[in-house]
Amino acid sequence: MLVLRGYSRIVGILLLALGVFIIVAPFLWVAMQSFKYEIQILQGTWFTMPTLYNYIDVLWSQRSDFMTNVANSMIVATSSTICVLLVGTLAAYSLSRLKWKRWIAAVFLGWTLIFNMIPPLTLVGPWFLIFREIGLYQTLFALTLTHITLNLPMTVWMMMAYFNELPKDIEEAAMVDGCRRIDAFWRIALPLVRPGLIAAGVLAFVFSWNEFAVALNLTGRATATVPVAIAQFSQQYEVQNGQMAAASILSTIPALLLMFFGQRFIVQGLTMGAVK
Amino acid sequence: MALAQAPASEAPRPGLSDFIDRHLGWFTLGPAIVLLVLLTIYPIVNLVLMAGSTINFQQGHEIWKFSLWSNLATLLHDGIFGVALRNTAIYAAISVAVEMVLGLGLAILVSSMRRGKGILRTLLIVPILLPPVAIGSMWKLMYSFDFGVLNQIVTGVGLQPVNWLGSTSLALMSVIIVDVWHWTPFVFLILFAAVEGLPSEVIEAARIDGAGTWSIVFKIIIPLLKPAIVVAALFRMILAFKVFDEIFLLTSGGPGNATEVVSLHLYQVFFEQNQLGYGAMMSVAIIAATVVFIWIGHRVSSAMGRL
Repeated sequence: MLVLRGYSRIVGILLLALGVFIIVAPFLWVAMQSFKYEIQILQGTWFTMPTLYNYIDVLWSQRSDFMTNVANSMIVATSSTICVLLVGTLAAYSLSRLKWKRWIAAVFLGWTLIFNMIPPLTLVGPWFLIFREIGLYQTLFALTLTHITLNLPMTVWMMMAYFNELPKDIEEAAMVDGCRRIDAFWRIALPLVRPGLIAAGVLAFVFSWNEFAVALNLTGRATATVPVAIAQFSQQYEVQNGQMAAASILSTIPALLLMFFGQRFIVQGLTMGAVK
Repeated sequence: MALAQAPASEAPRPGLSDFIDRHLGWFTLGPAIVLLVLLTIYPIVNLVLMAGSTINFQQGHEIWKFSLWSNLATLLHDGIFGVALRNTAIYAAISVAVEMVLGLGLAILVSSMRRGKGILRTLLIVPILLPPVAIGSMWKLMYSFDFGVLNQIVTGVGLQPVNWLGSTSLALMSVIIVDVWHWTPFVFLILFAAVEGLPSEVIEAARIDGAGTWSIVFKIIIPLLKPAIVVAALFRMILAFKVFDEIFLLTSGGPGNATEVVSLHLYQVFFEQNQLGYGAMMSVAIIAATVVFIWIGHRVSSAMGRL
């Protein structure tokens, strides 16, 4: 690649150091605030004895539902991820391998593209009325359904890219030997796209965990997810900055864990569609 | 087992999996179609019906009244919607432009490093997957007029504290800065993968022929990266157009309408003013505009492909 020498190399390293600092510093500063008492935050004190008060208060105090919020987010993110992987992978295999008429594939993919481009808030209104009508308003089930739908386009495209990369010959050879199409899918194609399944699964989980606009409007007090709870922290009449910082830091833990342990898959998933 | 059997010997073998195998198309694509019909097509049909009505709740019952014309009139005279469209356009244009330049610069710089690429990439892409709401509340703390770290720095160098989110002229810039922090890493990630995939012989050949660093960057690397740059910019434009979470947290559209964007206006009309009918009218307009936009984009790109 491009090799920098002499002064330009030093300038390059300094610019990169600045970039890393700008990316990381906000996170560290907020993390610092989360270990301070409210009064210390308001006074802008830099060096204090760290305290776990905010974390204890957010997680275990009587006033806080944060543990419930975490459980809700976990349930919704996990179940919507499993379902979207199932539905999305099947659809991707279907479009990649079975002989659908061109217009059916075009309409399906075109519609997922359009759906992915419109702001989700355009659909939250009718979702609200429909779920209210059938008695699912403010349930985790309804929220899970919407998250499956929101993540479906991404999952289908990503898995299609993985299936399209697999040589068809392996499955065809197996089918010549008497293997049914369904076995070719289950025993040959599916194991070979496991990295894709992990990438799509990790991203679907994170997007569901992060999703706010729909959760804000379709959940109630008992079913609120973590992002909704964080928004409430900042909308209260008297904002508790320390708790807001602590809750925000806590909410980033799943993403950070997945980023450090599953980075290979996340990077592959995020870049695959773009580079191909 | 199935692999070992000859095709002739497994004629009609009754069973669920055989039934599924014979209708595999519908069993594989079917669930996705059902989901999309129930949760996107049907709601949009609903949306069209709602757009022609006024919906009120009385004792828990919905009362629908026909009011297509008044909803249309409201749409045409909704000054805030116009402001929201304008702000969204400014927001998307500036944030995406800045992100592309910074992301491209970082991608080329990191790829020019001899070692430490892995750790640099890890550190630089942290913001991508953080919850946007958490990013909003983190920056709200940093932007705080009284104790935020940014004003500590500003006053530290002897200037007056800045009202980052509370002044009409600055608020939109402040939320754009948050967007740049959040999404430059994404642009960097896409372009870094593309830079690393470039053939190194081309750049070495140019170097041997005496090309300087800048001319290599502008005459070789950037032209070769064009497809990836276009894709990253499109991705970002779409996301910027849909932005909601961070702005809801940071300013809720204020002060005044200074940071009002399309999604936020939709939210306010639907869920704060409870105007389901008018909100639906606006949604239909937005969806129709999106479809036209995609269609034009498709025509343009296929026309460019033919040239």
